[in-house]
Amino acid sequence: MLYSEKVMDHFEHPRNVGEIADADAIGQVGNPKCGDIMRMYLKIENGIIVDAKFKTFGCGSAIATSSMATELIKGKSVEEALRLTNAAVAEALDGLPAYKMHCSVLAEEAIKAALADYYRRQGLPVPESCKFSEEEGGGCACGA
Amino acid sequence: MSKLVYADHAATTPLSPKARDAMKPYFSLRFGNPSSLYAFGQEARTDLEQARAVIARCIGAQPGEVLFTSGGTEGDNWALKGAAELRKSRGKHIITTAIEHHAVLHTAQFLEKQGFEVTYLPVDQLGRVDPEQVKAAIRPDTILISVMAANNEIGTIEPIAAIGAIAKEAGVLFHVDAVQAVGHMPVDVKEWNCDLLTFSAHKFYGPRGIGGLYMRRGVRLPPLIHGGGQEKGLRSGTENVAGAGGRAAALQEAVGEMAAEAQRLIALRDKLLDGLSRLSCTKVTGDRENRLPGTASLVFEGVEGEALLLHLDARGIRASSGSACSSASLDPSHVLLAIGLPHEVAHGSLRLSLGRETTEADVDYLLEQVPEVVNYLREMSPVWDAKAQKPVWYD
Repeated sequence: MLYSEKVMDHFEHPRNVGEIADADAIGQVGNPKCGDIMRMYLKIENGIIVDAKFKTFGCGSAIATSSMATELIKGKSVEEALRLTNAAVAEALDGLPAYKMHCSVLAEEAIKAALADYYRRQGLPVPESCKFSEEEGGGCACGA
Repeated sequence: MSKLVYADHAATTPLSPKARDAMKPYFSLRFGNPSSLYAFGQEARTDLEQARAVIARCIGAQPGEVLFTSGGTEGDNWALKGAAELRKSRGKHIITTAIEHHAVLHTAQFLEKQGFEVTYLPVDQLGRVDPEQVKAAIRPDTILISVMAANNEIGTIEPIAAIGAIAKEAGVLFHVDAVQAVGHMPVDVKEWNCDLLTFSAHKFYGPRGIGGLYMRRGVRLPPLIHGGGQEKGLRSGTENVAGAGGRAAALQEAVGEMAAEAQRLIALRDKLLDGLSRLSCTKVTGDRENRLPGTASLVFEGVEGEALLLHLDARGIRASSGSACSSASLDPSHVLLAIGLPHEVAHGSLRLSLGRETTEADVDYLLEQVPEVVNYLREMSPVWDAKAQKPVWYD
């Protein structure tokens, strides 16, 4: 099997699919040319992520990493969510094939892109760790 | 899981019971080596040559023109590298197309590194090679033209006879990768005017690990494998008599039922293509008319192919995609890009290749399941506009 059982579980039964109508933050990363786009919606109350939802165009691991990433940040503070790494997402899924690791990078960046949007909406300076999200196609590994 | 539908016959086919029965004796009592002088060995020799004669007849060749190989990739490698070596004193230019199988493309790229020059002809939106473009690409130093008979991803059948006539007139060697064609559509090496033709048994319900290279009488490529002198000294190694027998039985069966089976598959394939292309932003890839009987291929915009395949697999459907993410490379299929599809559309490709055991009920199941999965994935896709029923890249 190409993927771990956990990846298949999150792919076949993704958690938190959808949109949040009154989201406090929205972030999108990826490039249709590469075949991966992730959009994250966050509901944030008193600095805590009370809800997270996603929509993803992409392969099995792109959907699974989106699902896992939203699970990992729900209930966490914004600061904690900012520290989520792609490696942590991949590890929580019991690993990804080497050439699919970019999907976990995309998931990390989608969250950071959403958090950058949150800081902007709050009129706060965007932390350094979110800055990449200003660039189009962050996390793209195929160079298309 | 209740229902299983194998819809990947272009990848490989199940072994025909007739081919299996033809091979059985060689795994027990009939184990002789065709090179041995005693009668027991010579029986194996006779069996091998009978298999060769059957195969030759199925493609319009003489028995002496058919050499056994391990399969399509070996045949393509041998044809290109051998022809290049054979004719290198005459020139260094090779013509092929942008949509060949990697067995041809990667061999051509290898030859480029050896100093040969390769022209990769473009194809039109249906995946068709234009014979006039082949003619125009011929240079005084052109030594080989290699064009596939039918494409493995989109099923388009190429105008091989027209290209063969051009190659013959120009005095250039002509190789045809007929791996998808042999056993599925009429193949006649004389009608096609080809000098070399590659085919593989497991694509027509024969065993894996055996194929063939047709080498026209008068064309003698350098040996592929040196050793004991088998296969006229061109491909040494103890012959795979079982494989040869299985392949001959499979091909004879496929050619015998070809007309009726092609008609049956075309009806199923067209029902599938007509049904699936009713989905919005869905397009058939390849030529609707000149098309392999069993090959249905489409692109569903706003959906990624690997995700599609995995969901279909969970529903018992085995299919294939040219999406980048369904392979270790991150680029979508070179064939889909060559027919002009943008990257984002090529990612949503699906190939359903039908075969001998495919029933109408299977096609009905595909027609029910594939749209469900496509719609499900589109619903979770940020690039799909559910109201307008189209991807956002058209805005």
